[in-house]
Amino acid sequence: MWKNLLDWIEYRIPMMRVANMHAIQYPAPRNMNLWYVFGFLATVVLINQIVTGVWLTMNFEPSSERAFASVEYIMRDIDYGWLLRYMHSTGASAFFIVVYLHMFRGMIYGSYQKPRELLWLFGMFIYLALMAEAFMGYVLPWGQMSYWGAQVIVSLFGAIPGIGPDLVIWIQGDYVISGATLNRFFALHVIALPLVLVILVFLHIVALHEVGSNNPDGVEVKRKKGSLTEDEKTSFKMHEYYTNKYDIIDDVVPFFPHIVLKDLVAFCVFLLGFCYVLFFNPEMWGKFLEHPNFEIANPLKTPEHIFPVWYFTPFYAILKAVPDKLLGVTAMFAAIIMLALLPWIDRGKVKSWRYRCGLHKWNLLVFAGVFIFLGYLGGTPQENWKITASQILTVMYFGFFGLLWLYSKNENTKPVPARITK
Amino acid sequence: MKRWMMFLACWMPSLLWASSGEVHLDTAHYDLTDKASLQRGARLFNNYCLGCHQMQYQRYQRAFQDLGIPDALGQENLQFTGEKVSDHITNTMPSESAAKWFGAQPPDLTLVARVRGADWIYTYLRSFYVDPNRPFGVNNKVFKDVGMPHVLQELQGVPYEATEEMMVDGEMVERHVGIKTDGAGAMSPEEYDAAVLDLVNYLEYTGEPSRLEAESIGRWAIIFVLVLFVFVYLLKKEYWRDVH
Repeated sequence: MWKNLLDWIEYRIPMMRVANMHAIQYPAPRNMNLWYVFGFLATVVLINQIVTGVWLTMNFEPSSERAFASVEYIMRDIDYGWLLRYMHSTGASAFFIVVYLHMFRGMIYGSYQKPRELLWLFGMFIYLALMAEAFMGYVLPWGQMSYWGAQVIVSLFGAIPGIGPDLVIWIQGDYVISGATLNRFFALHVIALPLVLVILVFLHIVALHEVGSNNPDGVEVKRKKGSLTEDEKTSFKMHEYYTNKYDIIDDVVPFFPHIVLKDLVAFCVFLLGFCYVLFFNPEMWGKFLEHPNFEIANPLKTPEHIFPVWYFTPFYAILKAVPDKLLGVTAMFAAIIMLALLPWIDRGKVKSWRYRCGLHKWNLLVFAGVFIFLGYLGGTPQENWKITASQILTVMYFGFFGLLWLYSKNENTKPVPARITK
Repeated sequence: MKRWMMFLACWMPSLLWASSGEVHLDTAHYDLTDKASLQRGARLFNNYCLGCHQMQYQRYQRAFQDLGIPDALGQENLQFTGEKVSDHITNTMPSESAAKWFGAQPPDLTLVARVRGADWIYTYLRSFYVDPNRPFGVNNKVFKDVGMPHVLQELQGVPYEATEEMMVDGEMVERHVGIKTDGAGAMSPEEYDAAVLDLVNYLEYTGEPSRLEAESIGRWAIIFVLVLFVFVYLLKKEYWRDVH
């Protein structure tokens, strides 16, 4: 009966075939370590955002008069409305935590290198869409930081020569940030950008499965057809889509159940942290939900300090480090574009930092430190030493890419093993 | 060691000077599980604050439920102008006039504890002092030149700034050391601090009425995840045993 039903469906739509190909019999390197769980976690958080977002939308009112009050209505009068709202707000920050770790994983193991350039680019587009999504979402509760944060970020477009001022009015839908802005940001936040995000995630996964997963050794597990003996091939059943084109070495495990179970272990650990924030510390000391945002937006009262939420602060620090507004905006966008160009800036042939030169390891670690420190500088009140510090760190941020371009051409690398190491 | 002590001693006065610029906030040891304290806080709020400050996102009934006050009793003692229990906690002061009277419209206080923090409110309400230069005759150590009169004065008594002279960088300077009252208030200083703490407790509650519920669900959620972790980990180990 059950089998008949499945056959009936399968005859009409390739349900099991696609599931086998992408979620069950997908060959994944068996040495994928802790760094490889963040893609899965990002997917889980995306689903969390969509589901809680739908329910929040049922009671949120996107107007400047009612937005703030309707959020408090959700927090007080809707059964478990506070739970939905905190899941959504905690999820936003969690999304960036896992995405930043996911990106850093790609950097240390060279996951952006050939043949994964397009995969990396789709990832960067996801990151861009996510930033836009998060920014517009933060405007919706219509608190003081929503309003003034929007003011700062939208005004950046005003720095573009010629069309800048008109562009700002076009984005705002008004001469100032107003209910009209809130309304259109709501539309973009709940429909346009999530749609773009989901499509990009789909493309990201399709691209990943086409080229195959990288791993901490940077050793390709798919080999030329006919190059392996039966002994060297994997004994697991993998989908024909992969085995027809390639010989797959005995260093892989199927995505289900092996990788899924590993991801689920990581998911439990993630969930512990997530539940702690969600139930016990949803404001995360003013980092996930900023204190001034519990005060309704007031166009006549500028907050003492305006900060974007923590995940934007590294770029905010770069913006403030440059004295000229247009140059600052350019530097900020360049900081993101440089990341997108990594596959072409890195001229090395060896992927993993395990087998690259010592300088590369240091360069990566310093870059991570610079990024975190910039985040600190951009998210705390302005002081004189901080301007100098963020200028030095901005130079170091771009220095990472310059150095990488220089030393990766003729790099002293270690021999990459033929097989995945234990 | 001695040289270090000397070094510290030389810097001490300027350290004190630096810290006197920013007001030290006292820690408010509020307790959301203390229903009696919350009830006293609600009474203080409705008697002394609600005249000017609204709590427009909070409903009477929700507060009554969470604080363990029967609706009828609450309506009798905590609602003064014939609202329904399901109404929001609002007043009828016209905002334009309010802005004229006080220089700014008195802010809504539903979420004030989440904006300012409990410690800030606790210190603020205990930091009014007589200042003849201000329209209402009082100023505040935490919120300089605030437009609010000292509405709790009948409880605290008339508060004066207590200062002492001390040597800073070779000059005698008057330094703020606290607030002392004329003793004519209805409460002793300890009673007044306790009353303010009740009020802070209530404001902390209204800022996030779901706090206690969230924590009680949260404890179970974390226990569940820990148990789930054990099983998922064992299952994972079982499947991976033959791989390595």
